[in-house]
Amino acid sequence: MSLLEVKGVSKNFGGLRAVSQVSFDLEEGEILGIIGPNGAGKTTLFNALTGFYRPDEGEVWFKGENLINLRPHQICQRGMVRTFQIVKPFLQLTVLDNVIVAALNRVGAVGSATEKARKVIEFVGLKEKTETLATGLTLAHRKRLELARALATEPKLLLLDEVMAGLTPTEVDELIQLLREVNQQGITILMIEHVMRGVMALSKRVVVLNYGEKIAEGSPEEVVKNRQVIEAYLGEEFKGA
Amino acid sequence: MKRTYLFLLLGFLILLGLPMVLSSYVLGVFIMIFFYAYLGQSWNILTGYTGVISLGHSLYVGIGAYTTYLLSLTLGLSPWVGMWIGGIGAGLVGLVIGFFGFRFGLKGVYFVLLTISFAEIGRLIFLHLKIFGSFQGLFITPHFSFWNYQFKENTPYYYIALGYVVFSLIFAKLIERSKIGRYMIAIREDEDAAESLGVNVFKYKMISIFISAFMTSLAGAFYTNYLFYLHPGTMMSMAFSIEIILRPIIGGMGTVLGPVVGSFLITPLAEISRSYFAKAGYEGLHLVIYGFLLVAVVLFFPRGVISYIKKVVTSGQSGLK
Amino acid sequence: MNLNLILQLALSGFLMGGVYSLIALGLSLIFGVMRVINFAHGEMMVWGMYVAYTLLLWTGLDPFFSFSVSAVTLFILGYLLQRTVVNQILDFPEAMQVLPLVGMAMVFENSARLVWGPDYISPQSRFALSSHSIGFLTIDTPRLIAFSLAVIFTILVLLFLKKTDLGKSIRAAADNRLGASLVGTDVNKIYAICFGIGTACVGTAGGLLVPIMPLSPHIGAPFTLISFIIVILGGMGSLTGAMVGGLIIGVAESVGPTLLTNLFQGIGLELEFPQTMKQVVSFFILIVIMILRPQGLFGGKRG
Repeated sequence: MSLLEVKGVSKNFGGLRAVSQVSFDLEEGEILGIIGPNGAGKTTLFNALTGFYRPDEGEVWFKGENLINLRPHQICQRGMVRTFQIVKPFLQLTVLDNVIVAALNRVGAVGSATEKARKVIEFVGLKEKTETLATGLTLAHRKRLELARALATEPKLLLLDEVMAGLTPTEVDELIQLLREVNQQGITILMIEHVMRGVMALSKRVVVLNYGEKIAEGSPEEVVKNRQVIEAYLGEEFKGA
Repeated sequence: MKRTYLFLLLGFLILLGLPMVLSSYVLGVFIMIFFYAYLGQSWNILTGYTGVISLGHSLYVGIGAYTTYLLSLTLGLSPWVGMWIGGIGAGLVGLVIGFFGFRFGLKGVYFVLLTISFAEIGRLIFLHLKIFGSFQGLFITPHFSFWNYQFKENTPYYYIALGYVVFSLIFAKLIERSKIGRYMIAIREDEDAAESLGVNVFKYKMISIFISAFMTSLAGAFYTNYLFYLHPGTMMSMAFSIEIILRPIIGGMGTVLGPVVGSFLITPLAEISRSYFAKAGYEGLHLVIYGFLLVAVVLFFPRGVISYIKKVVTSGQSGLK
Repeated sequence: MNLNLILQLALSGFLMGGVYSLIALGLSLIFGVMRVINFAHGEMMVWGMYVAYTLLLWTGLDPFFSFSVSAVTLFILGYLLQRTVVNQILDFPEAMQVLPLVGMAMVFENSARLVWGPDYISPQSRFALSSHSIGFLTIDTPRLIAFSLAVIFTILVLLFLKKTDLGKSIRAAADNRLGASLVGTDVNKIYAICFGIGTACVGTAGGLLVPIMPLSPHIGAPFTLISFIIVILGGMGSLTGAMVGGLIIGVAESVGPTLLTNLFQGIGLELEFPQTMKQVVSFFILIVIMILRPQGLFGGKRG
């Protein structure tokens, strides 16, 4: 049994079909990339998987349970957590307090949640910023905070929505390293990513969306050669090169 | 941090001794300071910490006051017992409002209007109930005794009101540090992020509105037995709701000490200016000043006076180093 | 059930509804352009009433003429309020936008009390007691005039928005704040003028109400609330919604209590629903509409 099974998920907004009949599986321990041009429905798919939108059709099975009628916090409690493309830190709280909220997902007492939070903060490399208010963080640090909070909920599956966008190449390399470590700890990763370097380095398999539909699936190398994909998305970049 | 506690302890000890030296009039002003500080703290739990704005908290004061009165009138139940029943009643009404608001996703101005609507409906209903004296309001004949929560002198009220404030401070501090409080603050800062991190936003908003309504209504019991006069037109009006929110906003929303600081600043000013302007024939002028204050605070000190004090204190400390 | 009475109440509520529409039009216009809810709306209307009343007192000018002075005065007040306070809070979170305007409501209410005193006043205007009969229905002349003038003023405002350049730029600003600033219109000035027009609407309504109802500094808040209810019922920012909503609420408030009393008696309840509780009808409508159709009758997406 796969860790996550997405079966024919669709989501409409008025007349617009933002996600259409998307299906794929995700094995435990894998890192799967979702790529596609802007407006391809990637974030909408994330919202449909994590309970922020209710899909119009389809099923989402996680660890053998259908998630369709669950609310986001319930999905998080079952071990599937997401980050946001536009990061959403608790701005008036310190980094530590931000992560404590997430750690409380598994740990009932504030004291032990604090200990756990400190460990996660150190792990993502924000130790010096522990007592800084989130509002005073740079974008790169905010993205790490977003990651730290997600990790503190102790997920089985981590959904990352463009965590590399807007980072410098060095920051991207550091983050790739960090995500490898996360994966080695046994956390499965599903990532939406525009930064191809990141996708190529981490994923053995990618799913390509265009206009809400899955148009290809395979290793990054295969996908890059797929004509349909080149036309839809990579084409623009490759033509220029 | 330690120093703050020391200051608070010192302040508390001074306040304990004040009735020995102060006149009854000044004690009355202090009673109002405590009363509004407590009410502000109750509102602060919902709006300051959880970020859900209510402009209808006078409803809970009314429920607390009338329930306490009615139970003592019909069953002879002491207000000391009745106030808790009133608290539960107000909490349940809060849950109904919360259910409609949170289940159907009413946010911002829409939720504000929902709270105003319920408060206004409540006010109009109470205003028409014969048992509460309809439009004449209700005069309560006091029977002085501790058990009846009714006293001849101001001193017992002073200590009771002080007790309310101390209770509310400790309670708010405990909440702030607990899981509930951290979840409430997370909801205030970003609802979607909180929900994605496993916070049951609906549940914690409901808990928050229940606590807030419960606490608010306990002040209603005090109001009944201190003033011996109940009228929905004053104590259940929107103007009274604004009185409730003014002090925590000026002091600092979402902080433990904000409502108290706000009340110590505003209440004496309000009491003195009210009587002074009334004597001088400018009745209502203090409310004009209130209005401008509200505007000025939001424009210039949106985080309240207390954050300003904190800034001054910390910069002073680092200067000493 | 007395059908004549119900029809009579409906008619008189409908006429009042015309004035409500104008009040709500002002609120909706301001919201549509600036996304700000004027919590001082009703209190500003009371200023419009007192301006007309003062002119009546000093010059004997009938409120049905002097409402234009109320309109101009309230335009200036609104313009200044936008420039000094509202413009500073446009980017605040919704919550923090509410409080300063609640503060201004207190300022308007209590300064009116300082100037004109706390008591109710019922000015006697020329038409106060006259009425017409049509069949079994009686029409209050002052109400009819107020209704007609309110409708005329409403049409004028709509024509202004549709036909003039300034009106067009206001509508452009409503559609797209950023866009309007890019094409070089002075957005701040547009906003201030728009706020002024919104408050001029409510000022006009205030002037028109002077012959109909007694005035006091404290009657503003219910009108603020009524205008919210109408605007939410009609749909935030929808001008058509504001007009239709005004008429609906006017009739509902007028007919509701009697209808409900009849209903109670019909099911054997000895309960009276007094006219003084008519606002409960509106609040009930508000709660139901917010829950079932939050975008309102004529609204598209919720703002």
